Amino acid sequence: MMIMQRRKRSIIHENRLFNTINVMLMLLLTLLIAYPVWNLIVSSFSDARHLTEGGITLYPKGFTLENYRAVFRDTTIWRAFGISIAKTVLGVLTHVFFCSMVAFAMSKRYLIGRKLYSTIGIITMFFGGGMVPTYLLYRQLGLLNNFWVYILPQLFSYYDMIILMNFFRDIPVSLEESAVIDGAGTWQVFLRIVLPLSLPVLATIALFNGVFQWNDYMTARMFVNREELYPVQMKLYEIIVQSQTTLMSNPSAGAVLPTTTRSIQLATIVLTALPIVLVYPFLQKYFVKGMTLGAVKE
Amino acid sequence: MGRKGFISRLRSQMPLQMMVWPGIVFMIIFCYLPIYGLSVAFKHYTVVDTFQSAPWVRFENFKIAFADKFFWDSVGNTLAISFLKLLIGFPLPILLAVLISELPSGRFKKTVQTISYLPHFLSWVVLGGMVINWLSTTGIFPAMLKSLGVVGKPVNYLVQPDKYWLIAVLSDVWKEAGWNTILYLAVITSINPTYYEAARIDGAGKLRQIWSITLPLMRRIIALTFTLTIGGLLGSNLDQTLVLMNAINRPKAEVINSYVFNIGLAQGDFSYATAVGLAISIVSLILVLSTNALTRRLNDKESIF
Repeated sequence: MMIMQRRKRSIIHENRLFNTINVMLMLLLTLLIAYPVWNLIVSSFSDARHLTEGGITLYPKGFTLENYRAVFRDTTIWRAFGISIAKTVLGVLTHVFFCSMVAFAMSKRYLIGRKLYSTIGIITMFFGGGMVPTYLLYRQLGLLNNFWVYILPQLFSYYDMIILMNFFRDIPVSLEESAVIDGAGTWQVFLRIVLPLSLPVLATIALFNGVFQWNDYMTARMFVNREELYPVQMKLYEIIVQSQTTLMSNPSAGAVLPTTTRSIQLATIVLTALPIVLVYPFLQKYFVKGMTLGAVKE
Repeated sequence: MGRKGFISRLRSQMPLQMMVWPGIVFMIIFCYLPIYGLSVAFKHYTVVDTFQSAPWVRFENFKIAFADKFFWDSVGNTLAISFLKLLIGFPLPILLAVLISELPSGRFKKTVQTISYLPHFLSWVVLGGMVINWLSTTGIFPAMLKSLGVVGKPVNYLVQPDKYWLIAVLSDVWKEAGWNTILYLAVITSINPTYYEAARIDGAGKLRQIWSITLPLMRRIIALTFTLTIGGLLGSNLDQTLVLMNAINRPKAEVINSYVFNIGLAQGDFSYATAVGLAISIVSLILVLSTNALTRRLNDKESIF
């Protein structure tokens, strides 16, 4: 009895120690992620002189909004934001609509040719042509240096189609049947009944696609070299590469100017990341759901 | 069912068929045509050619690749970076998921999750820009090292080629470790709580419960993610490389994808670059299949495919 009790007490002790260490580790983790980001944000509000001197830690040194003003004076950045917003909004709407349309038809088990269609689709999830054949195709299709290169190749994804199809299958057939009796056609059933009942899954697909569209710079890097078609990510990429080159040739360049390439770079980084960082915490649960949804259905 | 029945059935579901066909046409154009375009790897394709007009050269491009020092350099860098990522980036999310799941549910747990998922949503351009700033001579990283007394004079680590692998690996782990806990957490929360109750009654502490209940029940999901990770070993991160690579660290930073990108898209040697890409995909496929066979053997014949 004594031994049992001592053992129990030692386990309580062990668990308490575990919990304390765990909380401390998790605090360290959040610090490791949050502090560098915070430091970057306060740096973007610091003036060029302090940025060149270094030593900025928890708060801005020589607080200034000049870095942001300098970014906004550059009209090409406004344009790039416009392109990013256009490609995100248009890309998400067309992607979600196109995938749902295919998924609605594929969700009907009596669809003739369904086996063949799904074989065609599943192969695309495992095999692809890769970078160069894709480039050559886009060249032949006239998609190089064309705004539609952001939209058309992203219209459809078989993976997203499967997620939508599985959701549509869980909608009670009786709802559709009663609409058909009332004289609704295929498209009316799809638009008026199925889509409104599927808002959660549509939101999840839209969010993932939206983040992809906003963050994507590779499409522009590979297929676009007309600057007026650059999204803001590609614009930022250029600013970063340029400042890397000047940094290597002359490390202290521009220390006396009100802004340097570095301060402009910092402000652009914050502005580019801002939309997603602001929106993400409120939509976190949809993202998490989407992650596990896709994995479970596979 | 007769022929007539089939046709009238097809006719009656024509609206549905019209909804699927655009998807099929899309996949034929954007997925199957590039697969057909892989034939370029066996051709001598110049800027003026189309897929059909270029002359065949059989395995010529592959021979050139296998004799090319720069190709093997990029393979070496890719393997080194991928193995380091595997070594650090694979176990860490498992550990983090276990630790997060042991936190009492409440605001603190939520905050930890929100903050640790956040970097996943930053693009590699944004993160690359951040990394460049943190590592620059006036950034926080050299300052931290200096205050710890590790180095005297701050140096920019991005222009030191031998530091590149570590930078690439750590920045990737920083970005994805938190997000990669999600699947593991989903599995952990689905574990039947009576297992833990029984273990507690038997006098098992937290560590014992993790070791004997949580981890064994995560075996299948770990096997799955491991197989997928192995398949991606040769699929280097192009987004990351194009931002962090510069003229000085290039010898250590050039990976297969960036090599294909530079040779193929920037210099226009399409056939050669396609051959490199194709060779790598075939090796990756072999890697996935053999890992799957291996984990199946280790995991009571449960395969993921």
